[in-house]
Formats: sequence, structure tokens, C-alpha cells
Amino acid sequence: MNSPKDTDAFLRLDKIVFGYAERKILDGVSMVFAKGTVTALMGGSGGGKTTVLRLIGGQQKPQHGSIVLDGQELTSLDRAGWFKVRKKMGMLFQHGALFTDLSVFDNVAFPLRENTDLSEDLIRTLVLMKLQAVGLRGAARLMPSEISGGMARRVALARSVGLDPPVIMYDEPFTGLDPISMGTIARLIRSLNDALGAISIVVTHDVSEAFEICDYAYLLANGKISAEGSPDQLRATQDPFARQFFDGKLDGPVAFHYPAPSLEDDFGLAPILAAQASTGGSAAGGTNIGANR
Amino acid sequence: MSLLDRAARLGAWVSGKVADVGYGGRFFFRLCFLALAAWRRPRLIIDQIHFIGNFSLSIILVSGLFVGLVLGLQGYYTLQRYGSEQALGLLVTLSLVRELGPVVAALLFAGRAGTSLTAEIGLMKAGEQLSAMEMMAVDPMARVLAPRFMAALIALPLLAALFSAIGVIGGYLVGVQLIGVDSGAFWSQMQAGVDVYADVGNGLIKSIVFGFICAFVSLYVGYEAKPTPEGVARATTTTVVASSLAVLGFDFILTALMFSI
Repeated sequence: MNSPKDTDAFLRLDKIVFGYAERKILDGVSMVFAKGTVTALMGGSGGGKTTVLRLIGGQQKPQHGSIVLDGQELTSLDRAGWFKVRKKMGMLFQHGALFTDLSVFDNVAFPLRENTDLSEDLIRTLVLMKLQAVGLRGAARLMPSEISGGMARRVALARSVGLDPPVIMYDEPFTGLDPISMGTIARLIRSLNDALGAISIVVTHDVSEAFEICDYAYLLANGKISAEGSPDQLRATQDPFARQFFDGKLDGPVAFHYPAPSLEDDFGLAPILAAQASTGGSAAGGTNIGANR
Repeated sequence: MSLLDRAARLGAWVSGKVADVGYGGRFFFRLCFLALAAWRRPRLIIDQIHFIGNFSLSIILVSGLFVGLVLGLQGYYTLQRYGSEQALGLLVTLSLVRELGPVVAALLFAGRAGTSLTAEIGLMKAGEQLSAMEMMAVDPMARVLAPRFMAALIALPLLAALFSAIGVIGGYLVGVQLIGVDSGAFWSQMQAGVDVYADVGNGLIKSIVFGFICAFVSLYVGYEAKPTPEGVARATTTTVVASSLAVLGFDFILTALMFSI
């Protein structure tokens, strides 16, 4: 697809800077999300993917930059303002975050009961429709402890689209799922997004599953966007980090070895090697060790 | 470390603690305000009273009975030295209503219901349930914490009253049924000597204050717990220690104030 920059952006992040005193997590990141698209945010662990979702949802505030949703600047909102804006957002948490003391039905009904004045009859109809969409109408009376991880994720998905939000965020929705559940969740993300004409932002490490369903993807590394584009464009990218990430290579810009002193220093071999070098004797062992570093 | 560094560290520590106190104070007053607003949905509060009350009812009743039994024995031992064993009912009741009822009930409440509340809130935080609620435009303090706070404020004075009542029965069983103190003297001295305002009223005030302490500590500690298994475990311990110390400290202050009035 074309870059969403060419289209009418519904959600826009502009030069976002966020971090803590010792470390910048996002450093001048800009992103654009258009309606009707599924966008994947990928990157290594601790790369700031989830932080992007937390910034969009107002759970954290950027130090610099702006976030504009439907023409409204979000970074200057107060608590009450955020609560209003969040009615336009749905979020699926990594492990579902279902309320453990409520049944499946009551979990999905929760945002409707709290945020609307709908009658209980209408809420029942809406909840059953949402559960039907994720294939779990029959599990409405079960408690979260009685359903599997994949089912819990689907219930959470039904709950997150309870108010038909224009922005739906998914925080690592495929983590810890078997292939069947993973495929189910991926298809549901795509079909729900198409049905609602919403923006879906999917944070994930799962390259193949993400490329199956997304229209556009951003790859974050070291607080910046290292690569972006459609799945086809990203498959062809030559960016070193992107190549290492997509191909799952052991070594590359992200080093396999954690920074450490040299092997000679750690094993106390430096004096032996020096002695061997000065006597001019065979230093085959030392050479080998050096070669294996 | 230079003197200046030490002074800077001390300053940072003091300002950090002052900020913590300020944050805790804001949290407390916000919780009080939201707890009043929670009456717009009384069902949530009633559910929590049922839940929290049930947590502690059995331990309160059993403990109250045993404390009453022991008070009966110890009271008789002391009073019979002065030939005043007829006043056993008065001694047991005053001890329970003025002091032991509110204090022991609060300590048991902190250990039973308080830790449950802390663990429940802490686990909700660790499981991202509170974040999920915020993302659904629902304030977790208003929806989860406030009804529990109000429920604990109502439950603790009721539990303290039950503790005292069952304790008096314990004292009666030992004093009258076991030892043979005159039943009429037991009850009539109690009726004549216990003042509704000065004794029962002061005990009630204490149990209400302890309700505020136990409810606030358990909810605050749970809400501020680190969202990890270790964090939740540590938080439940903190709840018991902090609630118990605060209850005993405030008990002394309240007793001193009540004596001076």
C-alpha cells in the first residue's frame, strides 16, 4: 500500500521524545496511522513498542512532540480529557487483563455498563454479538479461570471493541499462544478492523503473523524508526538491523555477546601469551584462543 | 563522601519522604471523596461489605469468644481478692467495649481482610486489570478502591461490636456458668456501670478511626505495590505491619484524648 503519509491521517505522532534520566526510549519518533489500516509496530524487547501504545493511551506523557487524534492534540489533555478520549480507544493487553472476579459476559459488558446508559437488554444483545464475533458466545457464563489463554485473549478482544472504537491497540497479542489460537487472533484483528473501519496498531515480535495481516509496519530500534513500509517493502529492505530482525540472525547490529573484558583478561591468559610471544616459541594455543574470541 | 554530599543526600531523603506523605494525603482525601460518591451505586458497596465482612466474621467471633473467656478468668482472679467478683460483668464489658473490642478487631481485620484487599488490588495491578480499566475510561480508584474503602469503614465497627458482644458472652460463660458468680449481679452491674456515650460511644469512635486506618493502608499499599509476585507479597506484609502499628499508636492517642475530655 502507499505510505499512510499520503493519506488522510487519523492519528499522528510527531517527533515524540520519551525516556528516563539515564535512557531515551523514543527519540524523535514520528508515525502516521490512517483509518481502515492495520499497522504493526515491531522491534526488539525494550525497544519502546509498548511505550508508543502507552503514550497514545495517555498512560505516559512524552517529554516532547505531539500526538494528534482526529484533529485533537492529546499531549496537553488533563485527566478528565484523557478519560473522554479513551472512549475512542480500545486496548488488548498482553495477557488479556480480564477482570478475574467477573464472568466472560460481565467482562465484555463492563465498558458498556460503565460508559453508556444503555438498557440491560440492549447490553445483553451487544455483548452476545461481540462474543459471537470472536466465537465465544457459548462461553458467556464461564469465569476467566475456566477458559484457555487463547480464549481469554479473544474475550479481551471482544471487550476492547465493546464501544466500537476508531482506534484499537494490541499489545503483543500473539505471545504465548498455540498456532491455532495465534492464527485465530490474527484473522480476528484484521476482520474486526475491516468491519469497524478503525485503526489497528499491533505491537508484536511475530514477523510472519504481522506481515500476514498488516498494511504497514514500523520497526523500532534504539529509540528511532529503523525501517518502515508495507510488508513487501520491508521484506526487501537492506537496513542491517531490519535484516537481522526479520531473518532472526544471531549476530549483527544487536550483538550476541554482552560487552565483556577480553577472553585473555577474564581467563588470566595475557601474561602466558606475552611470555610465549617473548620466547618466540610456538603460540599455537594462544593463537587459537585469540582466533576464537 | 564529603559533608556536602551527605547533606545533599539527607535533603533528598527528607524531600522524598515529604513528597510521599503529600502523595499519601492526597490519595486519602481523594479516596474519602470517591467513597462518598460511591453511594451512587450502593450495590457495589453492599457486595463489598458482604465480601469483607465474611472474610473476617469467623475469626472475629472465635477470637472474641476466647478473649471474653480469658477476661472472665483473669477478671475473677483479680476481683475476688477484693471481694468484688460481682463486678465481673462490668469489668469484662468495659475492657471489651472501651479497648479490646475496637483494637483486637482492627488487628484481626488488618490481618484477614486487609491483606486480602492488598493482595487483590496488587494482583489486579500486576495483571494489568487496573490499566485495562483506565484504558476503558473507568477510574480504578472510583470503581475498585472507593467501594472497598466505604465497605471497610462500615464493616469494621460492626465487627468490633460483634467482637465485644461475643466477648461478653464468653465472660458470662466463665464467670457465671463455670465459676458461679451471681447472674443477676453480673448483668445488673454491667447495665448500671456502662455508659452509652462515654464507653460504648468512645469505643465506636475508636473502631471508626481504625476502620479508616486499616482500609486506607490496605488499599494504598496494594495500589502502590510493585506489579510483580514479590511486590505483592511484600505489600501484604507491609499492610499487616503498618496497619497494626498505626492502630496501636492511634489507640494510645485516642485513649489519651478521651481521658482528657
